[in-house]
Amino acid sequence: MSSGAPILDVRNLRLWYGTRRGPVRAVDGVSLEIDAGDVLGLVGESGCGKSTLGRGILGLLPEGARADGEVLYRGRNLVTMSPRELRRLRGPELGLIFQEPMTRLNPLLRIEDHFRETLAQHDSKLTNREIRRRSLDTLGRMGIPPTRFRQYPHEFSGGMRQRIMIALALVLHPSLLVADEPTTSLDVIVEAQILRILADLKENFDTALLLITHNLGIVAEACDRVAVMYAGQIAEEGPARDVFADPQHPYTRELLRSTISLDTTELHSIPGAPPNLISPPSGCRFHPRCPDVMQVCPAQGPIETAPEPGRRVLCWLHGPEREIPAGGTERLERKELAVAEEA
Amino acid sequence: MGAQGPSLKRYALTRIALVFPMVFILLTLVFLLMRVAPGNPVSAALGGHVPPAVINQISRRLGYDKPVYVQYGDYLWDVARGNFGTTISDRRSVGSIILVNGAATLELTFFAMLVALVVGLLVGLVCGRFRDSPIDAGGRLFGIVVYATPVFFLGLLAQLVFGVWLNWLPTSDQASPITLALMKTHTNILFIDAIIDGNWGALWDVVQHLILPATTLGIVYGGVFIRLIRVNVIRTLKEDYIEAARARGINERSVVYRHAFKNALVPVITVVGLQLALLLGGAILTETEFNWPGIGHELYVYLQNRDYAAVQGIVVVFGLVVVLASIVIDFAAAFIDPRVRY
Amino acid sequence: MAAVSAATRLHRRTLGIRRAFAPIAEARGFARGMLWTGAGLTLFFVVLAIFAPLISPYGFDQYEVGTHRFAQLAHPSHAHLFGTTVQSTDVLSRIVWGAQTELEVVALALAFGLVIGVPLGLFSGYFGGPLDRGSVLFMDAMFAFPPLLLAIVIAFLLGSSVNSGVLVAAIAITITYVPQYFRVVRNHVISVREEPYVEAARALGARPVTILRRYVFFNVVQNVPVIATLNAADAVLTLTALGFLGYGVQPTQGAEWGYDVSRAVSDAASGIWWTGTFPGLAIVLLVTGLTLLGEGLNETINPVLRRRVFTKVDFGAPSLEPSSEILEP
Repeated sequence: MSSGAPILDVRNLRLWYGTRRGPVRAVDGVSLEIDAGDVLGLVGESGCGKSTLGRGILGLLPEGARADGEVLYRGRNLVTMSPRELRRLRGPELGLIFQEPMTRLNPLLRIEDHFRETLAQHDSKLTNREIRRRSLDTLGRMGIPPTRFRQYPHEFSGGMRQRIMIALALVLHPSLLVADEPTTSLDVIVEAQILRILADLKENFDTALLLITHNLGIVAEACDRVAVMYAGQIAEEGPARDVFADPQHPYTRELLRSTISLDTTELHSIPGAPPNLISPPSGCRFHPRCPDVMQVCPAQGPIETAPEPGRRVLCWLHGPEREIPAGGTERLERKELAVAEEA
Repeated sequence: MGAQGPSLKRYALTRIALVFPMVFILLTLVFLLMRVAPGNPVSAALGGHVPPAVINQISRRLGYDKPVYVQYGDYLWDVARGNFGTTISDRRSVGSIILVNGAATLELTFFAMLVALVVGLLVGLVCGRFRDSPIDAGGRLFGIVVYATPVFFLGLLAQLVFGVWLNWLPTSDQASPITLALMKTHTNILFIDAIIDGNWGALWDVVQHLILPATTLGIVYGGVFIRLIRVNVIRTLKEDYIEAARARGINERSVVYRHAFKNALVPVITVVGLQLALLLGGAILTETEFNWPGIGHELYVYLQNRDYAAVQGIVVVFGLVVVLASIVIDFAAAFIDPRVRY
Repeated sequence: MAAVSAATRLHRRTLGIRRAFAPIAEARGFARGMLWTGAGLTLFFVVLAIFAPLISPYGFDQYEVGTHRFAQLAHPSHAHLFGTTVQSTDVLSRIVWGAQTELEVVALALAFGLVIGVPLGLFSGYFGGPLDRGSVLFMDAMFAFPPLLLAIVIAFLLGSSVNSGVLVAAIAITITYVPQYFRVVRNHVISVREEPYVEAARALGARPVTILRRYVFFNVVQNVPVIATLNAADAVLTLTALGFLGYGVQPTQGAEWGYDVSRAVSDAASGIWWTGTFPGLAIVLLVTGLTLLGEGLNETINPVLRRRVFTKVDFGAPSLEPSSEILEP
C-alpha cells in the first residue's frame, strides 16, 4: 500500500444507457479509490456493470450512454473533461486492456506499426530509433523477443497477443491501467503468466491496476483490495485477504461458497438470476436472492457503513441501526423464485 | 509462420489452376451460343449480293461445312494458340482488332476506372466516417442517382452541356484528325504514344477527347463503389481493434484513415474485378455514343453486319480479359492482406 | 365449439411471413425515407404503365391527329408538353407508353429469373455434391462476361427467331441475371444449412424437403425482395441499354426510353435537348425509385446494418415503479 492521495477517486458515478424501455442503470452510484501502484480487483457476475465501469472510467462509453458523477484522476474530473483532453490522457496516463486479444490488433499492421502509431500519437518529436528502443524494451519485459517486432498479429498465439496488448498499453508508462477480464479467454497456464505480469506492475512500472474479473481466484492471488459489484452498485469493498476470510455482505459470502475448488464436495449456487437493470428490485437490489433478507430490505435502499476501518459494505445487516424502522430486522420469508427470471 | 514468399507462390499456382476449367466452360458457352442462331454465318455476314456458289466456297474455306464437333475442336485448338479467328465481312483477324481497337478501349477503361475509384473512395470514406449525418445521406443519394443514370444519358448530357452549349470539349473520336494523321504509332494507346514522342500538343488533344467519355463512364460506376466502400468503412469501424486504438488515445482521423480505410479497402480490391466486367459493358455504350474506336464500337458494327465470326472472337476476348483481370486482382488482394492465402 | 374461422387460419398461416417483414414498420431515419420515397417513385411509374391508355395524350408512334401532322422537333409547348421528335411523335406520350414497356419487360424478366435462379440456388446450396460444383463453375463462367455484353449477344441471336421484342429483351435479361440470383440464394442457403437448428432438425430425422421448406426457404425469402428490387433496377438499365443499341424492343412494337435517347444523340449537335433529356430523366427516376426501395428494404430487414435506437438519458427522472415479488400483503 502506498501513502498519499489516491490516483483514482470515483465519486457516485452513474453510467446509464438510454433504451426505449427506459434507462439501463449499468452503473448506479459507484464510489471507489485506488492508490498509486495499488491493485484493486472488481468482481461480480456477468451483467453487473463492471465492464461498463471499467470503460466508463476512461470515458470509452458506447453510443447512447451518459455519465453522471465524478471520476477524479489526479484531481481532474474525467467526466466533465473535453473529449480531446481525455484522448490525450489515454496512453500516457490511462490504459485499458481488453478481454479478447485475438481481435484487438489490426491484422494489416505489423506490431512495429502499432507501437509507432501509439508513441508518435502522443509525442510527435520522437525519433524512429527512440520509438524502437522503447517498444522493444517494453515488449522484452513481456517476454516478446525483438526478432518478432516486424511480424503480423496473426503470427502470434492468443497469450502472446495479450502480452503485446499489455505492452502497448504500458509503453507510455500510464499511472492507471484498467484490465477488463484480461485472462478470461486464455488457458490456465497462459493466464498464470499474464497474472504475474499484472501483479508485478507496481514494481516494474509503478502503475495502479483496476482488475475486472468474475474469477475470484485471480483476485485472491493478484489484488491488494477487492470491490464486489452487484446490479450496478458496490456491495462490499476492502483488503482482499480480509474480504475473503471474513465476508460481510451476503452476496460475497454466497459467491465464495459457489466457487469450485479442490475441497468442493457439493455444488452451490445462488438462486435466481441477476436483476433487470432497467427496473431493478426495490430497496436493496439483492433482496430477492438474499438468504438473510429482512423486512426492511425491500422497503428501503441500504446505507453504506464501515464495519471496520478500511472496509465498507452496503447491507442492512450492518446497520446503521437508527435508520432501520421498528420491526425492520425481522426475517422475511422468501417465496419460491422462478429459476430463469429474465435478467 | 513462413515468410511471404513461398505462401504467395503457392497461392498463385492454386489460383491459376482454377482458371482452366472456367476458361474451358467459357469458350464452350460462346461456341454454343454462336451456333444457336439459324442460317449460315457466311450468308448472314455477306448479305444477298453474293451468289450462292461463292458463299459455299467461302464456307468451305472457313470450315463451316465440317461436323460440329470438328469445328469445336478446331476452335479450341485455335484459341489455345492465340488465334481468335477472322472476321467474315472484312477479313480482319480478331487479333489485330484487339491490338488496335483494344488499345483504345484500354485507354478509355483505364481512365474511367480511375475516375470511378477516386469518386467512390472519396465519397464512400466521407459517408462511412460521418454515418447517418446529412453528409452521409447526401453522398449516398448521389451514389444512387448517379448509378441510376444510364451511361449513354450522362454522355448525352455531357455532350449537350460541354460540347454544344459551352463548347469546351470535343464530343467524339479519340483525337482530332490532324493529330491522328501526324502521330506515330508505338503502343496504339494514344496517351502513351504522345508521351513517348514528347508531343505535348498531341497529348493535350488526346486528353481533351478523353475527358468527357472517361468521366461519364467513370462517374456512373463510381456510384457503385460509394455504396461498397461506405458499408465497409462502417463495418470496419465496429471492429475490436478500432476500439483498442481509441483506448490508446489515437485521434479519430488517424483511426479512420489509417485503420479503417486500409482494412475497408481489402474487399474493394476484389470488387474492382467485378466492376471491370461492368465497366467493359458500359464501355460498349460509351464508345458507340462518342464514336470512340474501341472494341466495343467494333462489336457494335460487326453485330450490325451480322458477322458471327467477328462477334464470337470478340466475345471470347472480353471473357478472357475479365478472367485474367480477376486473377491479377486476387493477387493484389492477397498481397495486401497477409491472411489471405489458400 | 365452432371451427377456427378462415380469417384466423389465414392469420396463423401468414404469421411467419409477416414476422419476417415486421422490421419495415420500425424503420427509422434515412432507411425509412429511402423506403417510402422509392416506393412512391416506383408506384408512380407503375400507375403510368397500367393506365397508359388513359394518361397518355397520344399513341406511342402517333405522328398526326386526323390530317394534321405534328410539327417536327417542336419545342415543348402547350400542345406537346415535352416537345416532339424528328419523326413528329409526342415525347410525353412516348414517356408514358415507355413506362409500360419497361415494366412489362422487367416483370417478365424478374419472374423468369426468380423461378429459375431461386430453386436452383436452393437445391444446389442445400444438397451440394457434383451438381452444386458444376453449377457453381458454370455460373462463375457466366460471371466472367460483362453482363451487358451477354445481354446484347443473346438479344442479337434471338432477335431473328423470336418476334416479340419484349420477350427477347426479357429472356436476355433473365439469362444475364440468373447467375446472380443463384449465387446469392446459394450462399445464403449454405450459411443457413450450417446453423444449429437445421442440424437439430436433421438429427430428428426431418426429410430434406421439409427442412428446405420450413427453415431454409423462410430464411432466404427475406432476402428475395431486396435482390429482386435491386435486380429490377439493373434490368431497366440493361433494357434501356439494349434499346439504345437497337436491340430488344423494336420501335414498331412499342416506345422504349433507351431507343429514344439514341435517336436524340444526333439532335444534340443542333442543340435540341428535349428529345433526349426527358426519356433519360424518366430512366433515372424509375431506376432511382427501384434502387431506393431495394436499399430501404435492405437497411430495414438486414440486421447487420440496422441501428439500435437510443433515447436520451435523464439522470434526474424519478425512479420507475419499484418491483418486488416479496412485497405481498
